[in-house]
Amino acid sequence: MKIRAKDPKQVWKEEFESSQTRRKDGLETSTISGVPVKPLYTSDDLPSRAEELPGQYPYTRGIHPTGYRGRLWTMRQFSGFATAEETNRRYKYLLGNGQTGLSVAFDMPTLMGQDSDAPTSRGEIGHCGVAIDSLADMETLFDGIPLGEITTSMTINSPAAILLCMYLAVAEKQGVPFVKLGGTLQNDILKEFIAQKEFIFPPEPSMRLVVDSIEYCAKAVPKWNTISISGYHIREAGSTAAQELAFTLADGMAYVDACIERGMRIDDFASRLSFFFDAHIDFFEEIAKFRAARRIWARWMREKYGAQDERSWKLRFHTQTAGVSLTAQQPELNIARTALEAMSAVLGGTQSLHTNAMDEVFALPTDRAARLALRTQQLIAFETGVGSTIDPLGGSYFVEALTDEMERQAEAYFKRIEDLGGVIPAIEASFFQKEIADAAFRYQSELEQKRRLIVGVNEFTVDEEEPIEILRIDPKLEREQVERVRAVRAKRDQARCSNSLSKLRTAASGRDNLMPYILDAVRAYATEGEIMNALIEVFGVYTERAVI
Amino acid sequence: MMATKGAVKPIRIVMGKVGLDGHDRGVKVVARALRDAGYEVIYTGLRQTPEMIVDAALQEDAQVIGLSLHSGAHMTLFPAVVEELKRRKATDIVVFGGGIIPEDDIEALKKQGVEELFTPGTPLQDIVAWLKKRFPEGGST
Repeated sequence: MKIRAKDPKQVWKEEFESSQTRRKDGLETSTISGVPVKPLYTSDDLPSRAEELPGQYPYTRGIHPTGYRGRLWTMRQFSGFATAEETNRRYKYLLGNGQTGLSVAFDMPTLMGQDSDAPTSRGEIGHCGVAIDSLADMETLFDGIPLGEITTSMTINSPAAILLCMYLAVAEKQGVPFVKLGGTLQNDILKEFIAQKEFIFPPEPSMRLVVDSIEYCAKAVPKWNTISISGYHIREAGSTAAQELAFTLADGMAYVDACIERGMRIDDFASRLSFFFDAHIDFFEEIAKFRAARRIWARWMREKYGAQDERSWKLRFHTQTAGVSLTAQQPELNIARTALEAMSAVLGGTQSLHTNAMDEVFALPTDRAARLALRTQQLIAFETGVGSTIDPLGGSYFVEALTDEMERQAEAYFKRIEDLGGVIPAIEASFFQKEIADAAFRYQSELEQKRRLIVGVNEFTVDEEEPIEILRIDPKLEREQVERVRAVRAKRDQARCSNSLSKLRTAASGRDNLMPYILDAVRAYATEGEIMNALIEVFGVYTERAVI
Repeated sequence: MMATKGAVKPIRIVMGKVGLDGHDRGVKVVARALRDAGYEVIYTGLRQTPEMIVDAALQEDAQVIGLSLHSGAHMTLFPAVVEELKRRKATDIVVFGGGIIPEDDIEALKKQGVEELFTPGTPLQDIVAWLKKRFPEGGST
């Protein structure tokens, strides 16, 4: 009898398993999210499906046939601090250093829809973003920046419609027609209920405002991305990669459902929905997540929602490196972490990218740290060559298998959310909140037990840390901002302002689209807090049941 | 429960988010860890004013207040909690905090009566160890 040669894969398996030189720490057997990882993937792990190509449904390999050969990602550093004047100076600095789009970070009072002179704004003004109280501040913020020539992203949610209207009003003053305006409004209230918790109104009126802005922009500001459906905050709150993927896409479908319920046609708004993901430190898992996101969205949009326009099928996304992965210990290490995370976003085919600065674990970044973060992206774009080939990891046994695994886990979550009656009932049942808190605690416990290592934190520590430079917000800016909003209130046409607010209140009790009313109030220099309070009178406020 | 003898009260800790930010991963993880370590933890939830936190601590007869804040307002709001405790004559309640807090601010806050501060990356066992050291009896302050 002839001796048959042994299967090479079997040979490898036996050699691997009998090897005495394998690590015993167990750190290598699963991803940061707990997805088991095999030591080797082979052609046996490749799914049997037709070959996928970039620019072709279901877009796993990218939405553009040209990848980054057509256009690089937009380098969009999220920034804002102190006053509109200071931030305007930073924007001009970043644009002067080769940044290609703006991204506005607002301070907590602005994010929570209250004016700088509200009692609970004390100590918060200008600390984690720029303070904007009225159109006057927005005019200063974009002074000398032509809105028709740049694109701007605004991270704002509960009061999103108001800040968008302020942007529109600035454009009017600059003489730029709305149809020329490009940018993105975060406007994703569902993830606020799920993760970041910057909600104000209850879910139902919150969703109405979101749909109002989508509906308004579909006609009046057609190049504006009306919503940035965000997994970033879900991940930062402690979720796994699969939870981030699943909850974000489920939110996306909830917005689609709400727009369809309003009577809109899917192809009239779907191409202006955009997404926002986290790039965490587990390299391949993140790449798989981005690839899976495109495939799942395309399939749901085409097959479930019956979208006909190809643009409706394409998931476009912004990425930010993981703030939660940064460490206060040996903060220079954050530069390396951010670079690796940014690389995963690029290999995953992101449309735009924010790289965190190394000092953001202490405060908002200094000029120097912010520039270094931008330079990190430029280095990836222009030195490493990773953008030369489209989806270079496509076909990798491991990455393809992990992409399928992400998809499988996401679909299982969709089923659970559906069983709970949809996203809003699941929020009210604390489903997402509990899933995320459990995942966060599990991960933290793994760190405590050193089943996972963080360099500089639970291993390779140093006794004496060298202090790094920190951006300080001058406390006198707080007083100045309070005076500024009071001056705006004193100077404006009071009758016009209160008239616009009462019209808004009446409209809010009815069913009209609120955008034109908000725009009128903004033009009359009603403050953000006044507009929000008018809406709160009608809509009420939401309180969360605290679960730990 | 921490109490091993009937005479010693279990330590109660009121934990809450002061200020406007809603980042609650940290506070929830710490709350669970302290509960698992045998402390009685009451989590107040988000957007608590200093007055609300102190109210909760007095109502719950807590010995400790744990504050979390990620928005940069710690230099205003943490001392405001200490001041409120003074005003309510409840300075026996120990205040600690955590969040995005630069090194220089930690020293300043300690001088203003916040006993300990924990920054990102602090092992949970360090927080438990600090409490155990601060309350060796497991109860009386």
